[in-house]
Amino acid sequence: MPVGRRPRRRLLGGYFWLVVALLYLPIAILFVFSINANNTLSFPLEGFTLAWYERLFETPALLRAVRNSLGVAIWSSLAATALGAMVAILLSRFEFRGKGALTGLAVMPLIVPYVVLGVALLVLFRAFGVPLSLVTVGLAHTIVALPYTTLIILARLVGSDAQLEEASMDLGASYPATLRLVVLPIAAPALLSAWVTAFTVSFDEFALALFLAGREPTFPVYLYGQLRFATTLPVLIATAVLLMLSTLTLILVTERIRRR
Amino acid sequence: MILARRAGAPRDARSADPRRRTFWALALPPALALAVLLVAPLLFMAALSVRTDLSGTLLAPFAPTLKHYAQFLATPGFIRSLGISTLTALGVAAAATALAYPLAYFLAFRAGRRAAFYLVLLLVPFWTSYLLRVMAWKLMLGGEGAINSVLMWTGIVDEPISALLYNRGAVVVTLVYVWIPFAALPILAALGRVDVRLHDAAADLYATPFQQFRRVTLPLSLPGVIAAFLMVFIPTVGEYVTPLLVGGTSGTMYGNIIQDFFTRAANWPYGSALAMVMLAGTLVLVAVGLRLVSPRRLLDR
Repeated sequence: MPVGRRPRRRLLGGYFWLVVALLYLPIAILFVFSINANNTLSFPLEGFTLAWYERLFETPALLRAVRNSLGVAIWSSLAATALGAMVAILLSRFEFRGKGALTGLAVMPLIVPYVVLGVALLVLFRAFGVPLSLVTVGLAHTIVALPYTTLIILARLVGSDAQLEEASMDLGASYPATLRLVVLPIAAPALLSAWVTAFTVSFDEFALALFLAGREPTFPVYLYGQLRFATTLPVLIATAVLLMLSTLTLILVTERIRRR
Repeated sequence: MILARRAGAPRDARSADPRRRTFWALALPPALALAVLLVAPLLFMAALSVRTDLSGTLLAPFAPTLKHYAQFLATPGFIRSLGISTLTALGVAAAATALAYPLAYFLAFRAGRRAAFYLVLLLVPFWTSYLLRVMAWKLMLGGEGAINSVLMWTGIVDEPISALLYNRGAVVVTLVYVWIPFAALPILAALGRVDVRLHDAAADLYATPFQQFRRVTLPLSLPGVIAAFLMVFIPTVGEYVTPLLVGGTSGTMYGNIIQDFFTRAANWPYGSALAMVMLAGTLVLVAVGLRLVSPRRLLDR
């Protein structure tokens, strides 16, 4: 290795760690804020408290919003994973007319700006008199998560051997049985990744939910509504810190399971 | 492979495909979902954009008019806003891609065995709430925020600097910050496919490290760079949340105008026309982008 490379390597590594530090700085600030005794973040700090975390569990509206978000994220991620699996099987194992159209439509939610999709869904629901609720938010989240689930599962199916399915059917299994007994087990790790991805996409989503949530807010919508009131800010941040830790745990646990 | 070939065989062979009935069971749910939740809303919005007003039910017949589009073209403020939003998105996408490139390069060629762990480290902030990360910036940049209070505490300034927040600069900084980890992913994927023996070959031919990078590594990673650019550009151009939080009145974007017509101003037909303009613009830009980078390479990620 040429001698001149060493300082350059240090430079690159230094840059990497600088960016990582900058990425974590706001998160660290949020954490400090959530245990800060004062409800503005001004230095020097005046002491630490866990009161905000206690207060969190005494705020029913907040807990309700978190529960709403959980429900929307669970149902929409399950739907998006099921639909994504179907599209991925179709694209990787079948030849049919309209395959190009299906591919295009399945990835299109990545291309349509959220504000456009949000207002378009609003128009549709209004046209058919569908009342806005957590269900309409969930439907929107299903469609925006679909490209992610489809691509994750498709990558796995394209990389796996279709001859196993051929063998299964030669041995007398019906195609539905083959899907259940051969294809789904092969795709299982990808299904898990797809589900987690769809869950986090939905749980964090705000731009669509702001248009489509009726009276019942999801957590991001609630958070946004409360941002004006400085006094509730520490409680909100404490909640968000807890949720962040839960999301991370979910991701790490599923990653562990997936690796096995 | 064999299955796929059999399915693609002539018609009589296809009708013998035992998977035929399952095909429909697999195809109908996603087709229905996409038709109802993606195609139909966009068509309804297109139809609404050529309606005079919102009288009667949305399903009633009407005489189409282009007056909202004409009105858009006659409103320099809106066209300017669209231009500024596009420029903002181009700038954010370029900055995020450029800043992410060295990160991806480090992970691909310098991080060694720890690369996987470093990658997770980079992505964890991305898994934390978007709204909250934006709010964290607000806590840092605001009048009572961390930067100002540190500056005042140390006596560098006497008055809080208000110029840090509520302007376009704050929007750009926030968005670049939010997208950097995401932009590193496609670049990393492209760099991962670069054959490292080409580096040795370049070195053997007396290329300086810089020449080696410029003439070998960079061209080979270009598809990833373009993918990263598009993956940041698309969500940014339609952004309305970040400007709401840190943009103030001078930092609004085109998305905010659309949002306004559907909420406060409550002129849905006009708002639909504005949304159609944005949709058309985005689709054209993506089509151009996909010309530059083949979709296959994007899928390989």
